[in-house]
Amino acid sequence: MASDPVTTKPVLEIRDLALAIGGARVVDGVSCAVAPGEVLALVGESGCGKSLTALAAMRLLPRAATLAGGEVLLDGENLVALPEQRMRALRGRRITMIFQEPLAALDPLSSVGTQVAEATGLSGAAARGAVLAMLAEVGISDPARRIRQYPFELSGGMAQRVMIATALISRPAVLIADEPTTALDVTIQAQILDLLRRLAADRGTAIMLITHDMGVVADIADRVTVMYAGRIAETGPTVELFAEPRHPYTALLLAALPRLSDAPKAPLAVIRGQVPLPQAFSAACRFADRCPLADERCRAEQPPLREVGKGRLSACWHAERVR
Amino acid sequence: MRGLTISTRVLLGVLLIMLAAALAAPLISPHDPLRQSLLLRLKPPGSADALGIFLLGTDDLGRDLFSRILYGARASFAVATLSVVVSLAVGVTLGLVAGWVRGIAAAIIMRLVDTMLSIPAILLAVLTVAVIGPSFTSLVMVLGLTRWPRYTRVAYASTLQVAAMPFVQASEMAGASTARILARHVLPNIAGPLMVVATSEFGLMILFEAGLSFLGLGIQPPAPSWGSIMSAGRQYVERAWWLTVFPGIGLFTLVLCVNLLGDALRDRLDPRSAGR
Amino acid sequence: MRHVASRLLQAVIATFGVITIVFFVMRLSGDPTLLLVPEGATAAQIAELRHQLGFDRPLVVQYLAYLSDLLRGDLGQSLVQRLPVSLILGSRLPYTLELAAGALAVALIIGIPAGIAMAVWRGGVVERILAAIVVAGQSLPTFWSGILLILFFGVTLRWLPTSGADSPASLIMPSLALGALAMSTFARMTRISVLDELSRDYVNAARARGLSMGATVARHVLRNAAIPVITVTALEIGNLLAGAVIVETVFAWPGIGQLAMQSIQARDFLIVQAIVLFVSVTYIALNLIADLAYTAIDPRIRSDA
Repeated sequence: MASDPVTTKPVLEIRDLALAIGGARVVDGVSCAVAPGEVLALVGESGCGKSLTALAAMRLLPRAATLAGGEVLLDGENLVALPEQRMRALRGRRITMIFQEPLAALDPLSSVGTQVAEATGLSGAAARGAVLAMLAEVGISDPARRIRQYPFELSGGMAQRVMIATALISRPAVLIADEPTTALDVTIQAQILDLLRRLAADRGTAIMLITHDMGVVADIADRVTVMYAGRIAETGPTVELFAEPRHPYTALLLAALPRLSDAPKAPLAVIRGQVPLPQAFSAACRFADRCPLADERCRAEQPPLREVGKGRLSACWHAERVR
Repeated sequence: MRGLTISTRVLLGVLLIMLAAALAAPLISPHDPLRQSLLLRLKPPGSADALGIFLLGTDDLGRDLFSRILYGARASFAVATLSVVVSLAVGVTLGLVAGWVRGIAAAIIMRLVDTMLSIPAILLAVLTVAVIGPSFTSLVMVLGLTRWPRYTRVAYASTLQVAAMPFVQASEMAGASTARILARHVLPNIAGPLMVVATSEFGLMILFEAGLSFLGLGIQPPAPSWGSIMSAGRQYVERAWWLTVFPGIGLFTLVLCVNLLGDALRDRLDPRSAGR
Repeated sequence: MRHVASRLLQAVIATFGVITIVFFVMRLSGDPTLLLVPEGATAAQIAELRHQLGFDRPLVVQYLAYLSDLLRGDLGQSLVQRLPVSLILGSRLPYTLELAAGALAVALIIGIPAGIAMAVWRGGVVERILAAIVVAGQSLPTFWSGILLILFFGVTLRWLPTSGADSPASLIMPSLALGALAMSTFARMTRISVLDELSRDYVNAARARGLSMGATVARHVLRNAAIPVITVTALEIGNLLAGAVIVETVFAWPGIGQLAMQSIQARDFLIVQAIVLFVSVTYIALNLIADLAYTAIDPRIRSDA
């Protein structure tokens, strides 16, 4: 288990990040932090803005999205204010990212070795040596043969290992993993998550894991930040959050997880309703329509993110009443 | 008309003005386009004589260029429209048949489509017109009967798709005639893509007509056509630049308008391919 | 391998189709003898010529004879020039090939970089200017741009010769005129292809590894984007050969395009038939090559073949 997050200085800190697409703020007031060696999970339904947040940290936002405010501090340096040349020096070396579909994230016409080597900034024999060593470390057998292969010759799990190798080869301070196991078989999922956790612990890399799967969160995250409709709902250490959620959305997410202890043929728990579209955002709490605890106040005013325990924050007027 | 951008409206406006000018040629033409005068050969724009001003000059037989350009516009519009109509009719019919009946008929039709698309259109047009003799009718027929494959492809794919749908089979069992099913379900679906193809084909047919007339295989003199005017202009390029510049501007403007409108139409009807 | 075989079959069917279509077009006006007969021939002379050329035989027999001649490479004898058609064609073909090469060079050198620029600097001033030039290129009638070039560079500035193929300089204007339309097509195709690739995950992943946008485009995007552009190149070469008819007429360039027009004037239809067949078969062959070239470039397909 990672060290106490409250006292260890975070290596990556996102403060009040706001992103806009068109006129609407699709990410608003998002703040989180990760300490070295720690795994923070950023969890939420698709469309809640978690991937955009990750891309913003890498300064790889799509054309349509613009930064509307906030900071991203890497070792104290504000990434959003840097000139592109400086950011480029940091990308792939100090802060790296892996993506959801590993086979799509590799150039189909370039060999595996070439692409991993690009993350080192080296060339020739030095690059080859580093690549071989790293491929072995992520559990790829016969790396000398794999180096010459093309992406289409790899399985999904193998490709994701290659991506991890690429991301960690230059010993970055932060690794952002955007749904790294969603496109993989369940059995491979576990292996990849294990690999990530082990490498992070060994190298002291901070991992920000983006996912929609609470099961994955339970597996390797030390701390969790739950996002809903572009805002943070709740954040806190995994074990405590799972045991005692302090936001109705988190509670419903947990309730929706199927468990072995459920009666067979029991209907799956569902959160009724749908995530609101950015155009429909108003001054009210964005979860109000689907929330079993919602009242007048919730529909009138957005709850601020406030402390509801040690290392725990929640954006809910009724945080204490949850579960 | 709502939702059209300013640029689209401008383009439509220009196109309609040209069409109106072409249709009204007999009324607004300052001179008789066929009237020759040896004294007035190759006069520059603005020249005048007792009969009036020759706004854009005269050609190698003393005929007023502006009038001939107006009548040439008529020829362009006429040939392009009629040939598009012919190829639409032939192409869509064959496509519907191929998609509905399938089997051998479809195989033959689609092989024919592939083959016709393998012959560069202008060569086939040149050969055919040369063989059957150039005239307005042969021009329309040749252009119409060489361009139908593009429409067939669209109609075929769509018919196949619709024919496989359950509600169509249900309609059949309920006794609806083939024609009715095709008319009610297939045609509305393909109308959009067909319009996009037809618009780009229209522009192309205008260029083809001009090109064939330029080669002497299109509208025959003395009837005016932009292509044949420019062919004569090529001969006198050193003495009479206006013979090639003005008809060319007309031709270029018309085709440009049609192409841009076609792009705008495609963006509207098929946003997925927008930007192409 | 299956893929290669089926494409070959398609090409063969298309070739037979073309040969058949041309056969029927030549007989559209009824008696093909009338097309080939010199002016002022008597009925008796026409009848004799008809017999000599075999046009009095049943249609099926004529078709088979025609097919077998073509397969042996026999394109017939020109009645006007009294020389084998293949000889006449062969003497003029190099000029057209030279012109096509020049036009292709113009189209590639201007069109492809323009397409890349439009994709990479999307939404900017650069894109809009280039897009306007591309649309203009597509709407310009080839013969008009040819004449304008003559007017400007030949007549007014007197820098370049206005016709003929006597000097290397005389290749410049015809190549520009013929290449303009192809240039637009290449620019459009390249732009779409590059845009497509830019939207793929591996672009972001490459940048996440620390590559600059420029390096990503150069090292990864361009190769992937090249694949569809190669198909277009083959198609465009076919279009260039066809468009040569007009450009050669405008510039009095002694290639097969001018030959076709001269032959129509001289009522030497066997030559025209041969030209149409030749260009069509070349077009089909080029398409086939383009399709097969895919296999060579894309390692994914290579391993299945």
